[in-house]
Amino acid sequence: MHIVACVKQTPKSENVKIDPATGCLVRSGAASAMNPFDEYALEEAVLLKEQLGGTVSVLTMGPPQAEAVLRDSVARGADAVYQLGDMAFAGSDTWATSYALSKGIEKIAAGQPVDLIICGKQTNDSDTGHIGPQISAWLHYPNAAFVKKIIQANENSVTVERLTEDGSEVLTLPYPCVLSVVKDINKPRVSSVKGRLAAKRVTVTKWTADDIGADKQKLGMKNCPTRVVKSFVPKREVCATCVQGTNAKEKGKALVALLKENKLI
Amino acid sequence: MNNWKNVWIFAQTQRGKLSPTAFELLTAGRQLADALHEKLAAVLIGNNVSAFAQQLIDCGADIVYTCEHPDLENYIDDVYAGVLAKMIRDYQPNKFLLPATNMGRSLSAKTAVFAGTGLTADATEVVIHPEDGQLHATRPTFGGNLMATITCAHTRPEMCSLRPMSYEKARPVQGRKGEVVAVPFEPAQFISPVQFVEFIKTQGDNLDLSEAEVIVAGGRGVGKQEGFTLLEKLATRLGGAVAASRAAVDNGWIDYRYQIGLTGRTVKPKIYIACGISGQIQHMAGMSGADVIVAINKDPQAPIMQLAHYAVEGDLYEVIPAMLEALK
Repeated sequence: MHIVACVKQTPKSENVKIDPATGCLVRSGAASAMNPFDEYALEEAVLLKEQLGGTVSVLTMGPPQAEAVLRDSVARGADAVYQLGDMAFAGSDTWATSYALSKGIEKIAAGQPVDLIICGKQTNDSDTGHIGPQISAWLHYPNAAFVKKIIQANENSVTVERLTEDGSEVLTLPYPCVLSVVKDINKPRVSSVKGRLAAKRVTVTKWTADDIGADKQKLGMKNCPTRVVKSFVPKREVCATCVQGTNAKEKGKALVALLKENKLI
Repeated sequence: MNNWKNVWIFAQTQRGKLSPTAFELLTAGRQLADALHEKLAAVLIGNNVSAFAQQLIDCGADIVYTCEHPDLENYIDDVYAGVLAKMIRDYQPNKFLLPATNMGRSLSAKTAVFAGTGLTADATEVVIHPEDGQLHATRPTFGGNLMATITCAHTRPEMCSLRPMSYEKARPVQGRKGEVVAVPFEPAQFISPVQFVEFIKTQGDNLDLSEAEVIVAGGRGVGKQEGFTLLEKLATRLGGAVAASRAAVDNGWIDYRYQIGLTGRTVKPKIYIACGISGQIQHMAGMSGADVIVAINKDPQAPIMQLAHYAVEGDLYEVIPAMLEALK
């Protein structure tokens, strides 16, 4: 069993604060870590390896410092780690990013065939949820998104439960396939002492766009289909009404009266 | 690119039901189509779904494409995305809106790669630029504290998934006329190795959170599992649904599917009543789009008390019973 988990280095959520004076985002310092959703992807890959045997490879795309999330992955149970780094990738949207990752997966698979690819549901910095389904599209593999549980996995296929708005759906997917997983699926482990030692020693395989045979016409800000043309801080027209009352009971009554008065209920 | 004409919306169906998002997309799509002087088309994929066509026409669609087959009964990503990509090649739409539901997020992403075009995720506003006729899709990031407007200049269709509840639902106009186009489905072209096993309905859950107009949400301040019974009473009384913050879910008081925020779901109700929720940015990411936010919290310094439209300083175990009493 060969599982590839895709991870991204993103700013830590708790380091992103809003400046109360300007309403702007403050990314304090450069503290970044593995995208929290990817921790579930990595953990699920390691759990499957423990159950079925095999290898967990971890793939990331990013600047040199993104190597840190790969070492962190090894500390938490991954075996081999790969980093796509090239100026040609810079500014890629989800279409181009998923293309690059799919080429990276093909290159990994050339060494050892890949059975299963696991991604987090989305990243905490851009929040699209596109990457898992789009990797599967480039590779023409089946996929399932919003996976909350792996019911059963064997050498040939995986049976999963995916979350829908009205319940959940059970699907069986043969390998190779791509899953995007939600937080509910597991509780990510902390790194072990043995893992941290392995993380120090591991060799990070680094590939450029040429190394993975990627078509540069499909990469980077210049070639990707979408572009951010404007970003702005929205006007917040909230002026909080403090609901008055001498005690909590009166405030509760006053709130209902206010909501009714404004025809909200 | 002049051959690419008309605005499309994906009318999601699941288990024989048309998703309410279809009517929101019709409202948004109608505005785009009118701005472009082009037609608005709705796409239905599934088994026995053409019955919904007239309803979509009544609510603003000029054309309804229906692709029906027993093999399309359940949503399989590669099959649906394959069907959509083929329809895009055959009919060449100019803009294409899908719902940012669980199905729509994955389907739009996969279809965009198959169709070789760009996609904006989870937009809350879409407009046509008056000069170049391009789709400008605006989406919130980091809890609505930063907005980004995204375009897709060189490929068609310009695709976008639209956050549920961002637009009003289109209302029917009786006697509206439109064209229904049956799109043939060749099962041999879309064979998927994926096997649909079963659907499991959530027990005792009648209201879909993403469609709820009133949400009563509980956080760390609820303090115990039983507390959610009180929240449920208020929600039921207001015809709404119960939700939770990460803290409440992590404490095991309520199931993950009710979690609102960055790691959970995004909702956009008319009223969001946050009970014992401090209002961390990660939580705000999932609910800041609510029309009216009410905060009930013992701590007047909690961030949510500044972000709310109505702030009630007090113990939720006293405030909510008083509200229930007043609502009798």
